[in-house]
Amino acid sequence: MNEKILHSAMNMKWRYFKQKLFFGAVRLSALVITVALLGILAYILANGFRAITWEFLTQPPTDSMTKGGIMPAIVGTLYLTVGAILVALPLGVVSAIFLTEYAKQGALIRIIRIGVNCLAGVPSVVFGLFGLGFFVVFLKFGSSILAGALTLGILILPTIIGAAEEALKAVPQTFREASLALGVSKWNTIFRIVLPSALPGILTGAILGVGRAAGETAPIMFTAAAFFTAVLPKSIFDEVMALPYHIYVLATAGTHIEETRPLQYGTVLVLIALVLGIDLIAIIMRSMLRRNKRW
Amino acid sequence: MRKFFQQLILGGFCLAIGAGTTFAENIVIKGSTTVLPIAQVTLEAYMKANPGAKISLSGGGSGEGIKALIDGSTDIANSSREIKRAEVELAKSKGVEPKEIAVAIDAIVPIVNPKNRVKDLTIDQLSQIYQGKITNWKEVGGDDLQIVVISRDSSSGTFEAWGEMVLNKAKVTPKAQMQASNGAIVQAISKNRYAIGYIGIGYINKTVKPLTVNGVAASAKTALSKEFPVSRFLYMYTNGEPKGETAKFIKFILSSAGQNLVAKEGFVPLPADKKGKK
Amino acid sequence: MKNRKHSFTKHTKEIAIRDLFGFFAFLSVLLLGLILVFLFREGLPLFKQISVADFLFGTAWYPTYDPPEYGIWPLIVGSLAVTFFACIIAVPLGLLSAVYIAEIAPAGIKEILKSIIELLAGLPSVVLGFFGMVIVGPWLQETFDLPTGLNIMNAAVMLAIMAIPTISSISEDALYAVPREFKEASYALGATKYETIIRVIIPAALSGVSTAVILGMARAIGETMVVLMVAGGAAAIPEGIFDAVRPMTASIAAEMGEAPFRSGHYHALFATGIVLFLITLAFNLIADYISNRFRETGSGTL
Repeated sequence: MNEKILHSAMNMKWRYFKQKLFFGAVRLSALVITVALLGILAYILANGFRAITWEFLTQPPTDSMTKGGIMPAIVGTLYLTVGAILVALPLGVVSAIFLTEYAKQGALIRIIRIGVNCLAGVPSVVFGLFGLGFFVVFLKFGSSILAGALTLGILILPTIIGAAEEALKAVPQTFREASLALGVSKWNTIFRIVLPSALPGILTGAILGVGRAAGETAPIMFTAAAFFTAVLPKSIFDEVMALPYHIYVLATAGTHIEETRPLQYGTVLVLIALVLGIDLIAIIMRSMLRRNKRW
Repeated sequence: MRKFFQQLILGGFCLAIGAGTTFAENIVIKGSTTVLPIAQVTLEAYMKANPGAKISLSGGGSGEGIKALIDGSTDIANSSREIKRAEVELAKSKGVEPKEIAVAIDAIVPIVNPKNRVKDLTIDQLSQIYQGKITNWKEVGGDDLQIVVISRDSSSGTFEAWGEMVLNKAKVTPKAQMQASNGAIVQAISKNRYAIGYIGIGYINKTVKPLTVNGVAASAKTALSKEFPVSRFLYMYTNGEPKGETAKFIKFILSSAGQNLVAKEGFVPLPADKKGKK
Repeated sequence: MKNRKHSFTKHTKEIAIRDLFGFFAFLSVLLLGLILVFLFREGLPLFKQISVADFLFGTAWYPTYDPPEYGIWPLIVGSLAVTFFACIIAVPLGLLSAVYIAEIAPAGIKEILKSIIELLAGLPSVVLGFFGMVIVGPWLQETFDLPTGLNIMNAAVMLAIMAIPTISSISEDALYAVPREFKEASYALGATKYETIIRVIIPAALSGVSTAVILGMARAIGETMVVLMVAGGAAAIPEGIFDAVRPMTASIAAEMGEAPFRSGHYHALFATGIVLFLITLAFNLIADYISNRFRETGSGTL
């Protein structure tokens, strides 16, 4: 009898030991991931912050890019992402409204969902190929802000649709029911009741989409980006410089790679600050929304 | 809510109106990364002298530049090789008449890491190394180390020129690591003591060691006289005779001020008799 | 009378709006179809010059020589190699961190870790490519005395960083969805937390977890900038983990600019795009299928 108790006590010890090992591994992986992110950020910050001056942010590059700033790239990225959102947001919100409010379960809605999911899975370089073949050559837009923004817009469309759908679904059914019971038409219900409630969530999704569009390189490589533009773009048919493309060309295709290294770090820092800043805003907005929901 | 949509539509409208404005007098230059520093430094000087001019510049390789010329998406194609016959035919079939303008002379110099003992290689040795037939430095007088072959990728005119003049059109070993630009090769070689690469003479700096070929060192003199076996012209191609702003810019490059800038970048300016169009 | 007319136009308006919106929603499908059409339109002409088998399994990629050779097998192997090794790193890390968030972490740490993972997901790929090229590459080269620091290992590490957030967040959702009753029953039977996780929760969430892994793999194989800058660029079949490779995405990005419009090379690159698209499509469809078919048993089945 004592043997049995001793045996099961030792068994427990072994089981708890296994648990300790496992939990250790689990904590270790969380630690590794954290260290990876912070390490990368710290390294870029340490090497890049020296390059960040007012001049860097507001002046164009000079002397074969070894001096000066990255202002045209910042402006170019701005134009491209604004263009992308102008394309994706209306389209995405309308699609999401259809999927949540109007569509009946059935073949149509399943096809659309599969379509959106597959679109989300298309590699970014394939978007670049498509943008090149369709917008730049076939529609004759040329390498331009227009082609780049359209390509980026399609890229972030699934993201916007997903976020908008989630936001719309989160609006309680009682809102809709009350509105309809009062005799308001379906469209007016959506437009005046559901949409405004979902707007913060949609905005969060839009912000995440902007972050994604700002950081992409492959879609704009052949559709919009130039190594160096002398002046800021004056029409949507001009090429632009862009932050991610600038990093890529300075680091691999530039004329004075070693000399421009500090500027590369600086550009990377600006891009990271931009994208992560945008993402942080979205994350904070989302957690504020979650906390404020009274229903 | 309504106001939000109003502003959105207004904004979209403005963007569309902006699109209607005609594209301003703009020179688009694309192509060879070898010619890139020449284009960059001359366009900076040109724009200082002509504040109204708008020039946008891209790299990508000679192949990209010529393709862009054929597709009509660039005014000037920088190229470090001659245009291929197939490209000329393709261009003509699209109504494009490529016009070849030599702007400088260049030497393609094999480089190694400064720690490498080897100082000179024959064309034949270079060819064998790049075909993957010689794989160890000790076979050519260096240390017992594996040779890492670094090359430009296929869009590069430098790659094509190297392939013609050194390899005699033989295939580069698939194990060769492809880099996208002269600058990238310099970077790779400076960090890698096993590696060998080749770059335009204008890109040589202190971080890499140039080799002599067949005993001849690359210089402006030996490139001009063709004593250095791997030398070539650098070109700009336009669609037909250059016109307008493009013509003015090219004239500037060919002027003595422009050619001085060429020399400053480390390339070889055109001799007086060869200046202008070929 | 007036009322009937009024409600008729109102009703028409409703239907019109619904159909209009439906059309826009369908646009996503149309766009997908358009992409497919374009890929095939520009890629299929290649197969007048070369058979599908030669293209897929040919081992020589020399598109600019005369005569050109368009064998993409080394490119495919390159893509598969970096994806495989990236997953070896990313799956344990992603899964374990998902377990941590879902089951073990205290509330405050949970929120912080989720935000960290989301920020990691937001890192642009060119930044990771830069980091891999400038810091990881030289480090690898010095530490292991390698001929080059730009190789499969480097690409695998950077790709893993990109895949971990995908794997982690989808797994986490799957783990959350496991009904509490399962856990409570397990504890009631005397199992430790560890045993519960390993023998009850994870198996119950297996379909969600496998979806996560497959989508992570799809992410890794479709990634362009990281492998362009970091995988080395040699279009040869690798012999070791420290060899340089040239995945399909890197090849397309590197060569697209120079292939003259509608030349053989151009078609070959689009054909490579088709292969890439089909592979990622297959991954996504499989993941969709698994998550729909084998939906985790909910409490309703108890």
